[in-house]
Amino acid sequence: MQKPAKTSPRKAAGKSLRNRIVVPLRTARSFFGHGVPNVDLDKLAGRLIVVEGADGSGRSTQISRLVSWLETSGHATVQVGLKRSSLVSEELDQAKRGNILSRSTWSLFYATDFADQLENSILPSLRAGFIVLADRYIYTLMARDLVRGTDMGWLKNLYGMALVPDAVFYLSVSPETLVQRNFAKDFALDYWESGMDLGLSRDMFDSFLKYQALMAKQFQKLQSTYGFNIIDGERSSDEIYAELQQGIETVLATKAG
Amino acid sequence: MTKTFAESGFSGRLIAVEGLDGSGKSTQIYLLKRWLETQGLKVFFSEWNSSELVKSATSKGKKRELLTPSTFSLIHATDFADRYERQLVPLLRAGYLVLCDRYIFTAFGRDVVRGCAPEWVRGIYNFALLPDLTFFFKADLAVSLQRILDGRPQLKYFEAGMDLHLSTDPYESFRIFQGRILEQYLSMSTEFNFHIMDANQPIEAQQSVVRELVSSKLQLSHFAADVTHARPMLAP
Repeated sequence: MQKPAKTSPRKAAGKSLRNRIVVPLRTARSFFGHGVPNVDLDKLAGRLIVVEGADGSGRSTQISRLVSWLETSGHATVQVGLKRSSLVSEELDQAKRGNILSRSTWSLFYATDFADQLENSILPSLRAGFIVLADRYIYTLMARDLVRGTDMGWLKNLYGMALVPDAVFYLSVSPETLVQRNFAKDFALDYWESGMDLGLSRDMFDSFLKYQALMAKQFQKLQSTYGFNIIDGERSSDEIYAELQQGIETVLATKAG
Repeated sequence: MTKTFAESGFSGRLIAVEGLDGSGKSTQIYLLKRWLETQGLKVFFSEWNSSELVKSATSKGKKRELLTPSTFSLIHATDFADRYERQLVPLLRAGYLVLCDRYIFTAFGRDVVRGCAPEWVRGIYNFALLPDLTFFFKADLAVSLQRILDGRPQLKYFEAGMDLHLSTDPYESFRIFQGRILEQYLSMSTEFNFHIMDANQPIEAQQSVVRELVSSKLQLSHFAADVTHARPMLAP
């Protein structure tokens, strides 16, 4: 059987290219809570890896590097993200433009989108033995709602439908760095990522900093409950990538539970 | 235990009707609405699964038959939340009589029959207060089925519970599905204080019972749409 690679991540990546392909071992699966009906957990052979972090934390860059690495290493990989379901994503966009939904409606709309992807994309892919890379998961959805005053107990029940991932990596970046990265990319801040709906400040720059600080605080709280890996996202893209690779290699070679 | 609107200090009151498809509940709530309106009362009617925004997603999901028990449940919860927060609650604050054709109990029954955990479904809806009055229209299963099948020979996929794979025959599937929902309704009847209506009775007989109960339980004159109330009262 395979053992976790002792070599440095980049060397290991090169090695797996040349040599054998690592076959992930089965892990003991569970849902956070009640789960979704009609799922045989023992049949979910793939791996679910989540990358969390704010816009500008480098999530997408890292995920595309990871996909290319995993595929080269012989793993079929599929990407999922928030607001990508065919069921409600259009309607969510429409609602976002008008900012017309009230609190629970927002939460439930996003939860519907999540459930649709969970059942029509994540679970089937895991059943087929794919590595599923999730560009954000329930944690972002929960943090957003928590910042807006939604009850934690209610959210825990709601997202009790979700599958516990094999690993969660949270790219931690300070609000100040996020501002700079968002400007470097678009010269603009996003209305929602600035939490403008909360009325924290009429100044968008100020609101962005305050909102991202509130989000980071909720992530810390969630981390203490759910225990995900915090990655220092202030470092260079290569350094972050190396750490993620290492983490994922461990996931692929370890038998959990 | 969740409270009713009255118990929570709302000036409005919510009346809900529940029952199987074909139990005649929509007819009864329509007749109740007409009666209340002709008395000049502030009345608002809201139907299950009718929020404009959510509708397009729901119909898309239903048409493509791509809803799972969880997404079916959540999309209806979204629809409910949208109507609840944007319409029902403000109107109930403003002293309206709100009539609901189906309320959270529809979800409690259907979603559980579809396999969702009862605690999960109830937890999701726990932001909603309970109706001040709930009528449950209990007809013989055969009567309800006959009414539906007479008027609408083509059963829709989710309506017939085809997603549960109970039978490949839509009619047989519908029968089993509705039977299970009926069991769910009956099991929550006491907990949620349903007024059980004999839906096998003539329409007029049922409506008399409904009107009697509504006028005995609610002080209807409080809901008058009297314009003078909208103005500041002069000191006596």
